[in-house]
Amino acid sequence: MEQNIIKYKTHLNTYCPHCNNRLNVKEKDSEYILFKAIYKSKELDLKLSAYLEEFTIDASESIVEGDKLSDLFCPHCKTSLVTEEKVCEECGSKVGKIIISAYSKLIPFYICLNSGCKWIGLSKTDKRKLEQKIPRQEMPEQDHKLRVHNFMEVPYGLTSELAVLEANRCIQCKKPKCVDGCPVYIDIPGFIKLICEEKFDEAAKKIKERNVLPAVCGRVCPQEDQCEKTCILGIKDKPVAIGNLERFVADFERKMDLVKIPLIKEKRGKSIAVIGSGPGGLTCAADLIQLGYAVTIYEALHQPGGVLVYGIPEFRLPKTIVNFEIDYLRKLGCKIELNHVIGNIYTINELLEDFDAVYIGVGAGLPRFMNIEGENLCNIFSANEYLTRINLMKAYKFPEYDTPLPRGKNVAVIGGGNVTMDCARCALRTGAEKVTIVYRRSRKEMPAREEEIRHAEEEGIEFKLLTNPVKYMGDNQNWVIGMECVQMRLGEPDDSGRRRPIPIKGSNFIHDCDLVIVAIGAGPNPIIFSTTPDLKRNKWGYIEVNPETMETSKEFVYAGGDIVTGAATVIEAMGAGRIAANAIDKKLLDL
Amino acid sequence: MFEIIRKDEMAKGTIVRFDINAPNIAQKIKPGQFIILRVNETGERIPITIADVDRLGGIIAIIVQVVGKTTALMRSLKAGDFIKDVVGPLGKPSPIRKLGTVLVVGGGTGIAILHHITKAMKEAGNTVIGIIGAREKDMLILEDEMRLLCDELIVTTDDGSYGIKGFVTLPLEKYLEERKDIKEIYAIGPIIMMKNVCKITKKYGVKTMVSLNPVMVDGTGMCGCCRVNINGETKFCCIDGPDFDGHQVDFDELEKRNSMYLKDEKDSLLFSIK
Repeated sequence: MEQNIIKYKTHLNTYCPHCNNRLNVKEKDSEYILFKAIYKSKELDLKLSAYLEEFTIDASESIVEGDKLSDLFCPHCKTSLVTEEKVCEECGSKVGKIIISAYSKLIPFYICLNSGCKWIGLSKTDKRKLEQKIPRQEMPEQDHKLRVHNFMEVPYGLTSELAVLEANRCIQCKKPKCVDGCPVYIDIPGFIKLICEEKFDEAAKKIKERNVLPAVCGRVCPQEDQCEKTCILGIKDKPVAIGNLERFVADFERKMDLVKIPLIKEKRGKSIAVIGSGPGGLTCAADLIQLGYAVTIYEALHQPGGVLVYGIPEFRLPKTIVNFEIDYLRKLGCKIELNHVIGNIYTINELLEDFDAVYIGVGAGLPRFMNIEGENLCNIFSANEYLTRINLMKAYKFPEYDTPLPRGKNVAVIGGGNVTMDCARCALRTGAEKVTIVYRRSRKEMPAREEEIRHAEEEGIEFKLLTNPVKYMGDNQNWVIGMECVQMRLGEPDDSGRRRPIPIKGSNFIHDCDLVIVAIGAGPNPIIFSTTPDLKRNKWGYIEVNPETMETSKEFVYAGGDIVTGAATVIEAMGAGRIAANAIDKKLLDL
Repeated sequence: MFEIIRKDEMAKGTIVRFDINAPNIAQKIKPGQFIILRVNETGERIPITIADVDRLGGIIAIIVQVVGKTTALMRSLKAGDFIKDVVGPLGKPSPIRKLGTVLVVGGGTGIAILHHITKAMKEAGNTVIGIIGAREKDMLILEDEMRLLCDELIVTTDDGSYGIKGFVTLPLEKYLEERKDIKEIYAIGPIIMMKNVCKITKKYGVKTMVSLNPVMVDGTGMCGCCRVNINGETKFCCIDGPDFDGHQVDFDELEKRNSMYLKDEKDSLLFSIK
């Protein structure tokens, strides 16, 4: 007997109901369901392929004996897929029922085992499902007219039906490029397959093997520049919505109360201090805890989370979610000391007396200003201050909360990054009638995520591109009333690869505004360096590290995230935290 | 959570002193440095420069004037109550060294901060002349403590109910006229006082340090709320200060920036009364 291949063209992921292995194969541009068949008749082969257009049986080299299709089996586990024998509705002979799972449902179809019969039983809907090409499933969103009046999250998240549908778009590449695009190397096809099978809790566990903050990353990672950028489907179609799926799984686990705390067996008997409880510090801490270290995180503010709590607004990242993920870390055994400004309360050297290693993940906590005339007028804020007031201090609930809310009817936000969009959208939600983003390059060069720019545009935020403020004007009480701007044109590309903006002489004009937010980035905060001068820094003032270990010029002191790279993304900081955690483990084990 | 060990009302209850149990901060904090506290979950973060410290006892002392919602809320607290968050030390310590004769000038609650700095000045071996002032006799704080620390102490009141009638600038000018051995002046008090002190001392060319009190949020350099104009350059008071050379400070800008939330403070207080 010879094994042969039967293929059925499909865009769905199908699985063996016994071993759960994927039955799909990819050839050129098409996907097929793959069975291995043992059959005994060449005649059958011909008839089958003649009748079932999508079926092809590669029988060219087979030895054909007898006249009966005796078995179709899974090429992985070798279990028969023919689970039941029935009578064929056409010819009255025996029929084999084959069950495969697809759409996370078991889809049955029948094949007449009689070599002379043409019948295949597959319900019309099931057949349609198997043939259908699924478009990328987008998350439903809060209507833009409604959402500008509240701080509730904009996307609602995928439903489980949509998630399964979206997960089925993934073709489960053998060498998945998406994983290479992820700074923390999540097993993306692995967790997506579990979604296909509706094993959402297992999918969450799969993600958490690599990422302790899935609900956060699913929301704020720039997936279009990372995992989704390298998704193979993206070449001809839209990539799999990996971020939305990650978010769905994490939300499901949280809402269904399925979070389990893994037991940490091994204890290393050593302790690590992590400075800063932002995404990088949290990842580093989580990895080290799971490796068996005692970890203490020092946070300067009164709430853990760093940029996740003071910077990213509620409507983009609800704080209950951040708190939940940090709580998970606490349950893993991580100690979090709030209100500790390292550099002042303890120096790095003092920490090294009590801890075996130190990780610095303090972010780039020093807002930049443009140093132009009038920048200290009343109602001109750094993005950090504006967002901290609103997010961390909950000024949008003033006077229920005590921190005053900066107010303006005609708001100007300077910059073009995600933080700029966050500030503009916060202003809109706190009573501004008009919000204008003033950016010195064109829309194309904006560093903000496309989704953030789209949300801002939908909400009615105006964009004054190729424009730069040169001076602010105030009233007699020193409150800002307007700014003088100059128009820009784009010149040659600079170090960042973006075209350099050049002011156009004589193009100055006045733009009225009564609240200005300067969102042009941040530099390195000097507090730690003031008491640790032997920490080597680069020409921009950021800490120099060995990129392979994140170790600084000071032995046993590691650093990562914005304090090393300058402003970057949440997941990049997490990636650095992970590299450092592994390097610390290796170094301490080698001692 | 930080326990209030002792509470004293001063100046007819408009100024309150708290001794707070904060052993770690007490170990580290130096004169001129400040803390930021948040009374409760809905509270704002307010910076307060400390008035004294007991390292052995692990206690820091702060003295606050009741002006708005948070300070009113603080007055309602008793010994044994807790303050939710206290973070410190923040800012740079006052530059203290042996200079010879120094003059310290304090007004209102500024005397609280001045007290801690005076103590250090004295310990460093300086001869200290003190001038402290208040609106009226009952509003004067820390007179006994300052008298113990200073080699000479002059008191002024605006209404003449105690000591010299008038502002602190009056005896200050006299001293500067008579004594030429004053090496440095520390002036801490209301912005207008510091501004006027600096005007006079500039005339006499005596270096004058001031401790500034702009509005802050995080107090670690992250937000830039506390930016002040020093010699035409923007500095962050929380990490570059709070002490600056008074002759370089743009007091007018500071005063205007500090009045930014006056209306909000009133609204907040009204809301809490309701």
